[in-house]
Amino acid sequence: MSKINIKIEGVAHQVEDGMTILEAAKACGYEIPSLCAFNHGECNRGSCRVCLVEATGARGLVASCVYPVSEGMEIRISSPKAVEARRRSVELLLSNHNMNCQQCEKNGKCELLHVASITGAREGAFKGVHSETHIDRLAPALVRDTSKCILCGRCIERCKNAHGLGILGYENRGFRTFVSPAENRSFADSPCIQCGQCVNVCPTGALMEHSEISKVDAALAAGKHVIIQAAPAVRAALGEEFGYPIGTPVTGKMIAAMRRLGFERVYDVNFGADLTIMEEGTELLHRITSGGVLPMITSCSPGWINYAEYTYGDLLPHLSSCKSPHQMQGAIIKSYWARTNGIDPRDIFVVSVMPCVAKKYEKDREQLKVNGLNDVDAVITTRELAKMIKRSGIIFNRLPDEDWDQDIMGDYTGAAVIFGVTGGVMEAALRTVYFKLTGKEYGRIKFEEVRGHDAGIREATIDINGTKVNVAIASGMKSAKVLLDEIRAGTSKYHFIEIMGCPGGCINGGGQPYVRSCFLPNESDDIMDTYKEKRAKALYSEDERLELRQSHNNPQIIELYEKFLDEPNSHKAHELLHTTYAAKEGFNEVAKA
Amino acid sequence: MAKLNEKAVATILEICGRYKDEKTPLMMILSDIQNEYGYIPLEVQQIVSEQTGISVAEIYGVVTFYSFFSLEPKGKYVIGCCLGTACYVKGAQQVIDKFSEILGIRPGQTSKDGMFTLDALRCIGACGIAPAVTINGTVYPKVSVDKVPGIVAEYKAKEGVSA
Repeated sequence: MSKINIKIEGVAHQVEDGMTILEAAKACGYEIPSLCAFNHGECNRGSCRVCLVEATGARGLVASCVYPVSEGMEIRISSPKAVEARRRSVELLLSNHNMNCQQCEKNGKCELLHVASITGAREGAFKGVHSETHIDRLAPALVRDTSKCILCGRCIERCKNAHGLGILGYENRGFRTFVSPAENRSFADSPCIQCGQCVNVCPTGALMEHSEISKVDAALAAGKHVIIQAAPAVRAALGEEFGYPIGTPVTGKMIAAMRRLGFERVYDVNFGADLTIMEEGTELLHRITSGGVLPMITSCSPGWINYAEYTYGDLLPHLSSCKSPHQMQGAIIKSYWARTNGIDPRDIFVVSVMPCVAKKYEKDREQLKVNGLNDVDAVITTRELAKMIKRSGIIFNRLPDEDWDQDIMGDYTGAAVIFGVTGGVMEAALRTVYFKLTGKEYGRIKFEEVRGHDAGIREATIDINGTKVNVAIASGMKSAKVLLDEIRAGTSKYHFIEIMGCPGGCINGGGQPYVRSCFLPNESDDIMDTYKEKRAKALYSEDERLELRQSHNNPQIIELYEKFLDEPNSHKAHELLHTTYAAKEGFNEVAKA
Repeated sequence: MAKLNEKAVATILEICGRYKDEKTPLMMILSDIQNEYGYIPLEVQQIVSEQTGISVAEIYGVVTFYSFFSLEPKGKYVIGCCLGTACYVKGAQQVIDKFSEILGIRPGQTSKDGMFTLDALRCIGACGIAPAVTINGTVYPKVSVDKVPGIVAEYKAKEGVSA
């Protein structure tokens, strides 16, 4: 790309030809207020009119998110005309917005309020009727409230980019336009996989996770044995909610905070992750040696499971029958832990803290229940945990670093920690499968080939004592589809495939803190480009620090099998730790209003 | 979802096939389906989605954006009253109200016997003959309120229904 000369506020700059004014200005150190423009053009429709600037050669003001720079262009961001126009644009958005802000779950993280604040827009500048409101609270993971939607289209684009799905679209026209799944259906009655990527990009409170904080409050108030367990990816991102730089692991403070919130036990889902590797690794070996269905595909991500059940019902025998780690751990808490502590499982309430919103849906799946009981009773996101901590008055940054409860399920290995990033489950499984096949540990420990932090497919061939194991990794359903279509066509060369629902894996899950430069102003680089890598690094660094780095070396896992489960894939293990799947119809029959 | 019969599926696949080399085939496909069946329900949109790779939500968005497309079956005779500016100032509102009164349906609705659908159209480009009404492609120029009963009677007579 050739460079061209432009001026911003009279100061000369050189920028890439073909850039939009918005991107060019960003490269020169200006963040022009904008809403519909997101993530370097992932979404920019020029529809919200918030990013208006003056530019020579253009008629009137231009939307900087779609207008390209040209040689000699002089751009004025702060001219009175541009400032006034941006303020008016935001005031127009506010005029058709549900301004019940103090009751909005997005309060404090709302980009509309942020641009209103920096543009000086006032509510009530324009008065008029509001568009009709549509609210969907039927889906276990997601809530949609169109009274807060500004029609920016970010959610529509993200669903297409990450998954090739396009569950959401604009419905109707003009003032009656709103964003929804086709037929204004609930997410629950559409082929939505409930991953929450749309929530991650929504600038307002129009798309939110279905909060379960009140369920947790009720269980604590009822005097139940309330046990909390946190997934690996949570520790890599929770700090962002408390002003830590992206990629700061806050494991110790997070544990301290959870204990101070009144939970009876604070466990790491990493124990469950180690357990998953024992079960899944054994299942893989069994399939390879006994001519089972291959490739086997991981089953940790409920977004992915949803996609498989909706779109690839014919490939379900390829899915590992293993429950996801937090479900396994929940089942063990309500059996092994309950028995050890002499507690009735019905008096136990298990809360999972997840980087994920699909887990909210997963926990209520009938196929996961043991003796009619849920393994997990409530799922809160990383964001919801931060809310609970803030609400309690705990000064997070001054907490001491504490450790997980260690009684019978506190140990974990580095293999488990890296579950939170794409390729992690694969790497953890390979470490154990290698040992099982050769009787010795893999020398390098790390399987660099399978590492990454973004969507897209990676593949590797691992030579284990002359047995060549072909593996592939995909995250985001757009990438997964490529591998799945190969299996369908009978051309797949793989033995083992890891699929994660969200691009980059759990570190970029739909329940993770919102990544916006306006709320994280101290970051030195463009965080949209770097946050996944930084969060991934936080997990890999924890793996490096740990002495035990293979799931089969976790002493408490060994003890669990000796005392309770017998051996991996035993009858008991199948009863508690494995599950089934069923194909389902995307647009099911619903009663029309 | 309600299942489509084999013949309908084959027809829709054939229609999608007509435009497989087009860069942006959606409007043409939907127009042909609208013409063939008089409406484009979700089941049909799902097939179009599979054939074109365009998401169902996006297709649904297009169907609900253009008033020419319909989600519900239309009547045998679709009465379109132009309410564009020229027709409107020439009394089109009174004309559509009269149709409404005689047929007992509001604009956008279909009569119970499936005979008539009444549609309010935006400018159809026939301002010189305002107010204009179209019925299944036949244009009625300069329609006044007192001509309306005769027009309805004409179609009812065709169907052997007494006016």
